[in-house]
Parts: sequence; structure tokens; C-alpha cells
Amino acid sequence: MDLSTTETQDMLRDTLAKFLADTYGFEARQKMIDSPEGRDPGIWKALSSELGLTCAPFAEELGGMGGGAIENMIMMEELGKVIAIEPWLQTVVAGGGALSAAGGPLAEATIPQIISGDCLIAFAYAEPQGRYNLADIGTTAKQDGAGFVLNGHKAVVYAAPWATHLLVTARTGGSRRERDGVELFLVDANSPGISRRDYPTVDGFRASEVYLENVAIPGEALLAGGIDLIEQVADQCTMALCAEATGIARTMLAQTVEYTRQRKQFGQPIGKFQSLQHRMADMLVEAEQIASMSLMGTLRLGEDAVVRKTAVSAAKAKVARSLKFVGQSAIQTHGGIGITMELGIGHYFKRSTMIENQFGSADYHLERYEALTMVD
Amino acid sequence: MDLEFSAEDLAFRDEVRTFIAENYPAQLRGKQDEGEELDKEDFLSWHRVLAKKGWVAPAWPVEYGGTGWTSTQRYIWSEESARADCIRLLPFGLTMVGPVIYTFGTPEQKAHFLPRILSGEDWWCQGYSEPGSGSDLASLRTRAVRDGDHYVVNGQKTWTTLAQHADWGFFLVRTDPDAKQQEGISFLLIDMKSPGITVRPIITLGGEHEVNEVFLEDVRVPVANRVFEENKGWTCAKFLLAHERVGIAGVASSKRSIERIKAIAQTEMDGDRSLLANPFFKRKVAELEIDLAALEYTELRTIAGMAAGRGPGPESSVLKIKGSEIQQRLTELTLEMAGHYGAPYFRGFGEGDNEHPIGPAWANRAAPTYYNTRKTTIYGGSNEIQRNVIAKMVLGL
Repeated sequence: MDLSTTETQDMLRDTLAKFLADTYGFEARQKMIDSPEGRDPGIWKALSSELGLTCAPFAEELGGMGGGAIENMIMMEELGKVIAIEPWLQTVVAGGGALSAAGGPLAEATIPQIISGDCLIAFAYAEPQGRYNLADIGTTAKQDGAGFVLNGHKAVVYAAPWATHLLVTARTGGSRRERDGVELFLVDANSPGISRRDYPTVDGFRASEVYLENVAIPGEALLAGGIDLIEQVADQCTMALCAEATGIARTMLAQTVEYTRQRKQFGQPIGKFQSLQHRMADMLVEAEQIASMSLMGTLRLGEDAVVRKTAVSAAKAKVARSLKFVGQSAIQTHGGIGITMELGIGHYFKRSTMIENQFGSADYHLERYEALTMVD
Repeated sequence: MDLEFSAEDLAFRDEVRTFIAENYPAQLRGKQDEGEELDKEDFLSWHRVLAKKGWVAPAWPVEYGGTGWTSTQRYIWSEESARADCIRLLPFGLTMVGPVIYTFGTPEQKAHFLPRILSGEDWWCQGYSEPGSGSDLASLRTRAVRDGDHYVVNGQKTWTTLAQHADWGFFLVRTDPDAKQQEGISFLLIDMKSPGITVRPIITLGGEHEVNEVFLEDVRVPVANRVFEENKGWTCAKFLLAHERVGIAGVASSKRSIERIKAIAQTEMDGDRSLLANPFFKRKVAELEIDLAALEYTELRTIAGMAAGRGPGPESSVLKIKGSEIQQRLTELTLEMAGHYGAPYFRGFGEGDNEHPIGPAWANRAAPTYYNTRKTTIYGGSNEIQRNVIAKMVLGL
């Protein structure tokens, strides 16, 4: 067993951390969010073509560094520390992960574009009725000659307003919620028949409702693998969120401790009060468990489906609950100022709250864990 | 002892129910249904209806404009108001400064201010917290210096709810900097249009402009606007805080929220079952309902004690702690119901824009409300302070 990181991995972390420290201050981030596009495209350009970080999790023969899930974990932790609104999860983890797993000419053509920063992907897996069930899909993909025609409504697609491509789940056959017949497609975001309703999200991103109306796509757009591939990609995304949660939880704890050193009431720093000390000690306990489960689940992403799903669901169920505790405690300890837009902590809390339920709530993952591990 | 309502109580309930059904402002109802933020006129529209009917301040003594209802009738009133999803009237005049004025004020203060609170003519705000004085309220530093028949006030207040609309504010100010902390404070009523007052918005996590900073620079306040004796303002402050804690439990509105959650969860699908049929979800609703029942009966016992002339004493901290926690859990559950649709940030309809919010209408304020409701364990004396009160005043530690 070896839980240490390599020199290359440490270097990746340092490079990203330094870059984000320079670019992602509180005010800079707010400026990006408030801008018409809702982001600074220069940041993504720097992460990809300038710093070369996007190549980390990809195979060497496609221009990558030969890394994988651990590299994504490291990147997401650092992005979490500054609550970055960059589409790493959507583009590199989901898009890159799906393409790497499916392989073939589309992967060979697209992955270099991801690495160079020219291809931005949004993961259109959710539907209005589907909650967290990845097979609850009403969007149809009808075979039409060599290609397909897509029709349907994809819900709350993060990063869709920025995307060059959409990673879409759609049904080639079977009835709603049937596992068979659900497939994954990489679709040019400008294809005729795609319309969007864009909006900001409460955690600082931009997202869209995506409407597909007779969208004709070529047969090569299909990433073979069906629901098994989709679940694998969703599990990779889930672990990326857990890594982001690690960065966020540790930062919320650090900011809270610092605040209680500065803030004085009753003639002393409030950090001297035992009730607050105990709460912050509990925050540390939970934050460390988030880090542990993030690592555990990430290390299991390459294993067979049952082991992988069990580990990922254990991780997300634990992370969701621990993160809620850390976030709520951070706000409570800050008091009123924690509920305002004026201090960073509230913005971390807004993002951490969304992470709790994305790619499945604690309840969803507990249920999946139970189904995989226990016989009634 | 009897849990059932008498025939008179039931008749009263019907009267209240009918009155609300026939008189609740339709425009206000529409905005609530669409999850839109409410403005000053919205709050005042229901206030004025109740003022006209004479029901706006049920808890006040009859001589000052109260209803003379029994405690059971008051309980029925708040139950029915919540059941019909009426907005909660703003407390600053009706349940905060009003009782302070009729308890401690001069005849002139009573005659001038109380009718204007009842009618809604004056909108009140509360100048208590300061940047350096939150939980440690008695350390407040806003200074009032006597100059003839005026005080000259300098300082800064914060978390002043809806001060942007306020005509008047009740302020705690330091009149004797040399006295022990609690003993040098006075309670002043300040005209918010006075020269030297600046109100700066603080935007909260849901995007709301609900609270403000208030800066006071050489603000001249007539000595006649001081309530109770100079340097005895802390008596008024404590009286007000204890009263604030009782209403803060919010039992009736939490009941209403649970009913709303159940109704939504019955129709919201979770695969091939309703969300309410999801055993995890159902269990959480049940636990909340049971906790709420425990809170409700604790409140009823407090109310009965008050009717018998006791309190509200430090036990009201129990109501504040549990009430605030339940309010938060309700918003947590609503956000959970929203699923993916908790994420879109809907800021209400813009001018001339009637595009429908993203996803189901009930979901579009779920996250902002969850964020905003973190305040309930912080304001009105944080829950940490409430535990200190219980430890010190009830347990004698």
C-alpha cells in the first residue's frame, strides 16, 4: 500500500494552487460571476494551453501525461479551495472520462481539443422528472440512417452556456427508467435544433435548460457503453465533487478558525469559548473524513462496477453529511456576517450546499449502497 | 385540563377563517404563490386590513388597541393565519417597540406612537446590534451625549432589518460611558429621516436586501423620545428580548411548512413512486412533525404560564432553540425535494418580464430560503447565547 503522491502530482498541485492564488481572489471571482458571460475565458485558456494542466488525466498517446482519477482529485481539491467556477468536472472529468473510456476516432479527435482548451463540454444527464436516477431518461435518440435524431429536455446543465459540446444521455430504445437503451452521445453544441434557456446558479456557475428538437447527429457521436458507461462517468464526477468538497471543507474550517481568532466578544476572541472550540474540533473531524472518503472512492474508480459503485456511494453519502455539518457550523460560528455576500465564507457555503445533492443526495447513495451490500 | 376547543372557540375559529378567506389581499397571495420577494406595500396591505378590523395587535392590552382575546383565541388566530399562509406581520412595531412603549413609555409617547403602529403609518426598525457588539450586545458603543433638551447620537448599527423602509427606529445607545456596561444604556426612539442618518444595504446569501448598516452622525434626538429613565434602557432591552423569543418559535408557520412539504412530496415523483413514498424522506417528515409537536406543547405550556402571570422567563430560550432549528430543517427538506432544481438562481420577475421560473415554481426559492434561514439560529440572541441563558438562569450554573 502506498498513499503518497508522486513528485509530478505534487508539482501539478503547486502549479494550480499558485495560479489560483493569483487569479481567484474574492473580488476577482465575483467580477467573473457578474460579467455577462459569467466567467473569465482567459482562466481556462491558462489552465489548458498555457499551464498544460488539462493534459494531466489523459493518456500519453493522446497528448496527455498518463494520469487519471488521482490527478483529477488533486485538481478538484485545489479548485475547491477557491470555489473556482471552471468547468473541470464537466469538461475534463465527464467529457474526458467518457471519451477515454469509449476510445475510438471521436476520442482521438476530441481529447487533444480538450487538452488545448478549445473543447468545452457540459454534461447533460439530468432531466426534469428524473431526480438522481441516471436511467430515468425521456430524451429519445432515434436511429436515422447512419445517424440519430435527438428529442427531449435536459435539466440544469451546468456550464452549457459556455460549452462547445454537450455530453447527452438519451434513449435509443426501452421504456422510461429501463436501464437498457440509454446511450451517451457527444453532440456539437451548435447543432441545429438545440435551444437553451441560460441562467445563473446559486453557487456562481451558469447553467441551462437544454431543449433538443429533431437534432440530427452523426452515428460517430455515439459513445458505446450504454448505462454502464454513463454510471462509470457519473461515478467519476461524483468523486470529483468529493475532492472539491475536501478543498472547500478545509478552507471553510481554516477561515472559521481565523475568524474566531479575530472576532472579539465579551472581552476576548470568541475562539476562546469552549463551545466554539468543540464545534471547530468537530468540523476538523468531519473535514478529515471527507478527505479520507474522497481518497478511498477515487482509488476504487478503476475497479469493477460493484466495488466501484459501493465505494463511490459510501463516499458521497458520507461527504454529503459531513459537508453539511462543516458548512452549517462555519456559518453559525461566523454569525450574521456569514449569511452575507460580503465575506467569502458564505460563498463557500452556497457551493458546498449544492455539492451535497449533485450526482445524488446522501439518501440516494445510501440506498444504492444498501442495495449493493446487503441482502434483506 | 382540556385539549379540545370549546364551542365558543370553534365559532371563533370559523369567524377567523372566514375573515381571512374574504379579506386576504389577492395581489399579495399571487406574489407569495410565485415565490416573489415582497415589498413594503405587500407587508402593509395585510397589516392595514387587520388594523381596520382591529385585529392587528392581539397581544396588546385592550386600552391600547388589543383585541382582548383569550390565550386560546390568540393561539387559534396564529394557527389560522399560518394555515391560510398569511404573511407574518413585521414584528418591529407590533411585538417589539409597541409593548416597550405601553409598558415603559410616557403618556405622550403612548398617545403619539401606539396608534401609528397599529395603523401601519410608521414603519419601525431595530437599532440594537453593532459591528463590534453582536452576542455581547451590552458592549455597544453608539454614543448619545446630552445637549439641552436633545441627545446628539454618533455611532453605527448593523443587521437593521428593513431599515430602508423605516420611518422610525428604536435604538440602544450609551449615555454613560463610565457606568458598568448594562447600566449606561438608554432606549431612544429616532426619526429615521433625521439629518445624519445613512442606511447602507447588506445583501444576504439569497440575494435579498433585508438587512442594513445604519450610520448615525451627529443625529439630534429630542430627550422626549427617550423611553424609560436615562441609563435604564437595558431594562427595556431585556423585556423586549424575552418577548421576542416567544414569538420566534414560529410553531404555526412551521406547521404550515410541513403541510406544504407533504403536499409537494405527494405529487413530486421519485422514480415510480411519489417522493413521500420514499421511506427515507417520509421518515424525515415524520421526525420533524414529532419535534414540532414537542415544541408546540412546550409553547402552549409557556403561554399557559404567562396567562397565569408567570414569565416569559428564561424558559423561552427553549422555544427559541428548538423553533429555529426546526425552521432550518424545514428549508433543508424543501431544498432536498427540489433536487436538480435547487440550483437555478431565480431573482423574481423583472420589469415587463413574465417568463416563468426554471423548474417547478415552489423550487425556485428553495436554496435562497435555505441560505437565508441560517439566520434563525443567529438572530434574536444566537442559540449559543440561549444555551448560556439556560445554563445560568435556569440551571443556576
